[in-house]
Amino acid sequence: MRVFINGESKELSGTPSLAELITQLELPAARIAIELNRAVVRRSEWSGTILQDDDRIEIVHFVGGG
Amino acid sequence: MSTATAPATREQLNIAGHAFSSRLIIGTGKYRSHAEMRSAHDASGAEMVTVAVRRVPLDRSSESFLDYLNPALQILPNTAGCYSAEDAVRTARLAREALQTDLVKLEVIGDQTTLFPDNEQTLEAARILVKEGFVVLPYFSDDLIMAKKLLDAGCAAIMPLAAPIGSGLGVQNPANLRIMREQLPDATIIVDAGVGTASDAAIAMELGADGVLMNTAIAEANDPARMATAMKLAIEAGRLAYLAGRMPKRLYASASSPLQGVIK
Repeated sequence: MRVFINGESKELSGTPSLAELITQLELPAARIAIELNRAVVRRSEWSGTILQDDDRIEIVHFVGGG
Repeated sequence: MSTATAPATREQLNIAGHAFSSRLIIGTGKYRSHAEMRSAHDASGAEMVTVAVRRVPLDRSSESFLDYLNPALQILPNTAGCYSAEDAVRTARLAREALQTDLVKLEVIGDQTTLFPDNEQTLEAARILVKEGFVVLPYFSDDLIMAKKLLDAGCAAIMPLAAPIGSGLGVQNPANLRIMREQLPDATIIVDAGVGTASDAAIAMELGADGVLMNTAIAEANDPARMATAMKLAIEAGRLAYLAGRMPKRLYASASSPLQGVIK
């Protein structure tokens, strides 16, 4: 299955949930946020949100800024 | 503490139920190191700091930038880098989800060279975000009519620029800020962007701003912690001067010593 994560095309095996994707990517789950096809997915819904082909995912965190 | 400083320290900056003793809000960008940022933050006395929302890098493990901040600080996420209302709204929603705060510094840029705000897109985004329950603090051009529209849209405070972001030019149009203060006496006005040194911050406060938001002036100083202290003092001085009410300017001299009784 192909999805786009932060603009990059990624091949994923199986049909992971958003929570499983975060684990696979070895990202720290604290203080990040996820948008799936331009809509924010609440943290409580990560486990129940199963990815589909061509999904567009944005995963953000915080950096220094003014 | 002297009685002269008591009023300024007692009165607080209130933004939609958030009360701050400090009228200085500072950024977290451009510091040479996390340690330098932390010491500048500590020296500034600021209680709120801005952060930016960006894509997580997927090719390397990323530590959380937020871990380097004093946990006591209120975090104000910004929508810097957004060029449309839609992207700013998406960014604000992501920030709220990650930080569990309704506060957002709304920034919709119109041009890469000047980083001047796109006021039209800013207003559109503000209307959407206010409806969604955000506490919206918009960066915008120092324009009274735009200020009124943003307040009518329900923004908790308005943040006119002093000069282009990162320029350090200081308050370029003091008359506009003064008019804004006089015409909008109940608005919370925070001058955002363009301050270069302490006197610039003092001038903004003397003109009646309720606070100043800055990043580069501190981060790019040779000694950020020392500049942060200078900014803290300048903002207190400017606030006191504003509250004290300055003397009128005169073209000609007015003697301070009595004219009578001079020896002949």
